[in-house]
Amino acid sequence: MCIVRGMSALGPTFLGLLESRPQHGYDLKRAYDEHFATKRPLAYGQVYATLSRLLKNGLVEVAATEAGGGPERKRYAVTDAGVTDVEQWLGRPESPEPYLQSALYTKVVLALLTGRPADEILDVQRAEHLRQMRELTRRKADGDLGDQLICDHALFHLEADLRWLELTAARLNELSGEVRGR
Amino acid sequence: MTQPTSRAETVGPGARGPLLSAYGLSKAFGPTQALTAASLTLAEGEIVALMGPSGSGKSTFLHCLAGIVRPDAGRVDYAGTDLARAADTRLSALRRTEFGFLFQFGQLVPELSCVENVALPLRLGGQRRRAAEREALRLMEHLDVADVARRRPGACSGGQGQRVAAARALVTRPRVVFADEPTGALDSLNGEKVLRLLTDTARENGSSVLLVTHEARVAAYADREVIVRDGRTLDVAGGAR
Repeated sequence: MCIVRGMSALGPTFLGLLESRPQHGYDLKRAYDEHFATKRPLAYGQVYATLSRLLKNGLVEVAATEAGGGPERKRYAVTDAGVTDVEQWLGRPESPEPYLQSALYTKVVLALLTGRPADEILDVQRAEHLRQMRELTRRKADGDLGDQLICDHALFHLEADLRWLELTAARLNELSGEVRGR
Repeated sequence: MTQPTSRAETVGPGARGPLLSAYGLSKAFGPTQALTAASLTLAEGEIVALMGPSGSGKSTFLHCLAGIVRPDAGRVDYAGTDLARAADTRLSALRRTEFGFLFQFGQLVPELSCVENVALPLRLGGQRRRAAEREALRLMEHLDVADVARRRPGACSGGQGQRVAAARALVTRPRVVFADEPTGALDSLNGEKVLRLLTDTARENGSSVLLVTHEARVAAYADREVIVRDGRTLDVAGGAR
């Protein structure tokens, strides 16, 4: 299973990985697999489809084209618009839902990799979770037993996420060392 | 049961500015620095949760805010008085008349009946026994514990005992209720009942509440949260209710 699910997170993750230096699609795939793919590596098709979309949207550009024995190899670089895009993605809280850790974990690791404050990502997410928990608690107070049970289910899931957030916040230094040591 | 006139009827949380504020509090116990730079504002009628892991300094912070512990540095402004520098007699009077307290294990007086426990703050304030117990009983009905009024605390369940303790915290209609992990010793259902009754009654009375907890589900009863981490506070944006 890949940690990053869906294309929405893959694009900004590539942009973040490209910030350190321009890279080939192959290098990006390798870096991605190293940090984010726990079981199944990323398919080449996904890599090039994502790069092509980022290119079309002006978020990456081709920094160099190298002729070799086979087909031409392109080296991709992130553009200013791409850096802005990844900044916005990192700063935006995920919509609280069960098992959101996948996207959040990616953000935290990418922030550590790119020298951004990972604790701020966790703080923004905590605030969003607590906001939603307050809303559910209010809804519960006004609802019948059915509403209360439905809200309780959501509240327990959000609470589990928050525990994960706290634990991750307490382990950021350790995680930073591990991520940078890879 | 209908509660008498409330401060919150005319003024919503925050409308009058802070009732209680703390700026740059620090406190050490021997070599242990419990608070480093803790700040907070609490508006009239507002419910704020102080959240943080065990050992983060949140209980020490609450004790400083309530005038139980004097900070080493910083200010605690309550209605024009700096509690960090106020005389002990002034602090005692405030704790008896304007502050209410609710702790994790109730801390009821075991030799007194439940209604006598609830009436105690009123009796200490000079009220006659009959009037004080009538007022206590009225509030106990509101908190659904009138049926244990004549029992000793030891003969009550954990949930009942904590609701009796909540009634004692609220009986003087305090301007600020300090609640330190008030549901920490209860199961989910009883914990929710205590929290709902505590926050609803406080809102009806227009009392502000400072709620110390490490549980997000408890904090969700508040209007906003302030995170305490390693003795420092981190404000989290919260919506007004």
